[in-house]
Amino acid sequence: MAVHAEAHHGPPVANQSSRVDAPTLGMLLFIASEVMLFGSFFTIYFFARVVAGPAEWPPPPFHLPVFVAGVNTAILVTSSFTMHWSLQAIKRGNRAGMQAGLVLTVALGLTFLLTQIREYSRVGFSPQDGAFGSTFYGLTGLHGAHVFVGLTILTFTTIRAFRGHFTPTEHRGVEISGIYWHFVDVMWIVVYTTVYIL
Amino acid sequence: MINPLRSEAEAYRFLLLTVGYFAAIALAALAIGTWAGIIVFLGLTLAGAIYVVRASRTEAPRQAVPSRRGRANERRILVIANETVGGERLRNEIHTRSEGYDEHVLVVTPALNSHLRHWASDEDNARLEAQKRLEASLDRLRAAGIDAKGEVGDAEPVQAMEDALRLFGADEIIISTHPEGRSHWLEKGIVETARERFAVPITHVVVDLAAEREDVQEPT
Repeated sequence: MAVHAEAHHGPPVANQSSRVDAPTLGMLLFIASEVMLFGSFFTIYFFARVVAGPAEWPPPPFHLPVFVAGVNTAILVTSSFTMHWSLQAIKRGNRAGMQAGLVLTVALGLTFLLTQIREYSRVGFSPQDGAFGSTFYGLTGLHGAHVFVGLTILTFTTIRAFRGHFTPTEHRGVEISGIYWHFVDVMWIVVYTTVYIL
Repeated sequence: MINPLRSEAEAYRFLLLTVGYFAAIALAALAIGTWAGIIVFLGLTLAGAIYVVRASRTEAPRQAVPSRRGRANERRILVIANETVGGERLRNEIHTRSEGYDEHVLVVTPALNSHLRHWASDEDNARLEAQKRLEASLDRLRAAGIDAKGEVGDAEPVQAMEDALRLFGADEIIISTHPEGRSHWLEKGIVETARERFAVPITHVVVDLAAEREDVQEPT
């Protein structure tokens, strides 16, 4: 009936009340804060456009490169396909598939970012051109910054993939970077539809 | 509730749904007019909200698997009881479960509190009362030759179990309650919820303090 000393050393296992494991939960909380950040930018955009904006949007003489941005949208959505393929590949033990998927995702994301920078240089207005210019560059720039962060994460994931990391059972690095990348894509769909289409 | 970003696969599915959602709104607005876009927006949003509400009701909880602690010949038993520790059958149950092992018993008494006091963080009295009940329980167990430790737990019994599991790492759980009809825990389905949440054997011991009569349900 004696009580013996604990055989366990070190701090206790972290409490996990959530049904999501801690690293994924961390990414989810980060994304939740990002959604609020984008929400504040969208609030400014809709205020400038609907409440305080001119009758016509974009205000003359400005035009938005809808077609180029549409192609860029297709590129970004395609990068989500390759990201998903990458994770599915490592889950099946296909290391080459994972590596190819990650490389393609980084390449497509980089293409998106470079195209957006190129678009900025040719769009014909700047952030100083009233509320329209400010909100356009604010929203698309904020998203571009997120693409850059996503690409940084994916680059490290790709390096790890080529260094032999990740297995069919241990691939959290790919999973979490994939969640972030899909979130970045989702936000672009919202930005593209509201800023360029509607 | 549904979390669309819980895994990469779900996030990917969410992306595809987002593409479809905004494509439908944009197409309706461009092809027919602004009001058509608004109607499609409202319709799809309503359909999505209904789906989320319905799906969240059927979502199964994920079981927590406590990590094994202690030596191989050690049997760790977590006892959750408000005031029903001390019955003979419960003591026998602990003896039976730990036969052939060095038993290590932790009694957790939830600091039961009213909802209003809980939300006002007014839990000092609840913890004080729980501490008294816990000490009485430990005295009765020690009198029976069971060297148990104890602690006051969260006001929510399942949460108290989960907290204790993280620190204690029990091999099994014994939940001691009043008989049906007099037990709030049974009314709230605490035993069933615990069996859904924790991947360890759970024994439910019914203690009728008034009649000094107890009944034991076998672990699942």
